[in-house]
Amino acid sequence: MNARAIRAIVVKDLSVLRHSKAVLIPLIVVPLVMLLILPALAALAPSLMNLPGASDLHALLEGMPDVMQARLAGLDDDQRIVVLMLTYLFAPMYLILPLMVASVIAADTFAGERERRTLEALIYTPTTDAELLLGKLLAGFLPALAVAWGGFVVYAVVANLAAWPTMGRVFFPTGMWFVLALWVAPAVAAVGLGATVIVSSKVSTFQEAYQIGGVVVLPIVLLVVGQAAGVVVLSTVFVAVLGAVFWAIAAVLLTYGARTFRRGELMARV
Amino acid sequence: MARAHVIETLGLTRRFGDVTAVDALDLTVERGEVVGLLGHNGAGKTTTVRLLNGVLAPSAGSARVLGFDPMHDGVALRRRCGVSTETPSVDERLSGRAGLRFFAEVFDVPPARVERRIDELLAAFDLSAAADQRVGTYSKGMRQRLTLARALLHEPELLFLDEPSSGLDPVAARAVDERIAGLRDAGTTVLLCTHNLAQAQGLCDRVVVLEHGAVVASGAPAALAAELGASIEVRVALRLEAGNDARALLADVVGVETIEAANGEASELRFAASGDDAIASAVRVLVQAGADVYAVERRQPSLEDVYFALHRGERPAARADVSQGVPA
Repeated sequence: MNARAIRAIVVKDLSVLRHSKAVLIPLIVVPLVMLLILPALAALAPSLMNLPGASDLHALLEGMPDVMQARLAGLDDDQRIVVLMLTYLFAPMYLILPLMVASVIAADTFAGERERRTLEALIYTPTTDAELLLGKLLAGFLPALAVAWGGFVVYAVVANLAAWPTMGRVFFPTGMWFVLALWVAPAVAAVGLGATVIVSSKVSTFQEAYQIGGVVVLPIVLLVVGQAAGVVVLSTVFVAVLGAVFWAIAAVLLTYGARTFRRGELMARV
Repeated sequence: MARAHVIETLGLTRRFGDVTAVDALDLTVERGEVVGLLGHNGAGKTTTVRLLNGVLAPSAGSARVLGFDPMHDGVALRRRCGVSTETPSVDERLSGRAGLRFFAEVFDVPPARVERRIDELLAAFDLSAAADQRVGTYSKGMRQRLTLARALLHEPELLFLDEPSSGLDPVAARAVDERIAGLRDAGTTVLLCTHNLAQAQGLCDRVVVLEHGAVVASGAPAALAAELGASIEVRVALRLEAGNDARALLADVVGVETIEAANGEASELRFAASGDDAIASAVRVLVQAGADVYAVERRQPSLEDVYFALHRGERPAARADVSQGVPA
């Protein structure tokens, strides 16, 4: 492996990204909403519970399965709603971050490269197909990891600060969240990369790749809905298994994606 | 295959479904040669470049480039080749310098030499002033020059130039031609894909004319013209005595044909001659008839004449390299 070439591809792809609003806007706006606005609003939930229409929150709390009720035992109502939202309900939504970052960047570096007609020059370089692919995957994976882990720290700080009046102590992160951030988030990013590599081989533009590749968010949406409906209860073991499933899916997608990313195939489509 | 050939292909073929883009191509290029690959759009020029760089697999046949099999030793081969693509293929979001720096890294230019090499090339291609501007602000000519600079970053032994003047204005095109001439003079082997016949005639030692992916002629431009029987175009400025008809005077001169004459006291006469002897005979006949001949201008048949002759379906006697006798 030519590490210098791989590093150059990563640096180049990330430099190119910095100049694209279509790529940068979702990369800035979504983390802002997920890491700052949502946890701050969730921390305000107890005070919102006293407003008209707050019965939905009470109903949500009361509708949780026994397992969840047991986990929230010992907390008063305000604390229960804060912990339920910040620790459990938002957990799957946090996974959208690495998925989105990886997918947006991959769409730009794979399909976008073809759209900008810069792929041909890259194909004529003395890199192997594997080096080209690895450079481009890392260009998507490393920022996704940085956003996931940096976001985890920011989320923890915001959650504890905003919920301090209610909780009166540092309650976050939990063990489950460590598994989520360190094991599942990278797996989800890899799934996003694999799916986008495959989609990019079939489409011609960044927008098409991003939009079609976006279907991989569906399992995460199902997790959000499942938890809210009380069908799924996240636990450390559940999350660890979930991570393993995502890694398996990523392995399949990336293996298939690598087959589509071959010089001969790419050049025939330039 | 002989090691001396920089490029040697045997029956190289590439099909895309039912379409044969390159059809049993036999091609040799010697070290230091500038060889033009001519043909109109879709003739197979770009596909040939891709096959020779190992970025596209052949459907049949074989190729050796710099001693390498492009499909099996593509990485080692591309390290020693430079390719200037038909579409500039430059990233508009990067500066010219940043784009070159990226390719210098990928082509493994020694780190200590990267910046110096980039500066040399930016200066050589008149891009120094715009080096730190985003390529999106560059004119088409500047992008083309940047593409050429990129192809030369790692000082390749073999250069593939695919339509390097495509879409350029005459001034920019001439600047590109001067750069290519400089490379030729420095001994770089160049395969120049073009449908700019004047460019090929000015720069190439040899041309290979492709049609529907197959070689229809190859050789030195002048030798090809002779092979295809293209005539010398002659223009004579003269004054004829009243009553003399230039066409009638030259009608019986061997090797003179297609006479366009303007009769009168001072006039111009144009005809096609098979060779210099025919021109001398024609002038002699005119002088003997009392004409005052002021000027005789001869225009050698150009590559354009050859190209259009081929396009009309005329072919050399055998599909052989007419300049060197090397099978092509």
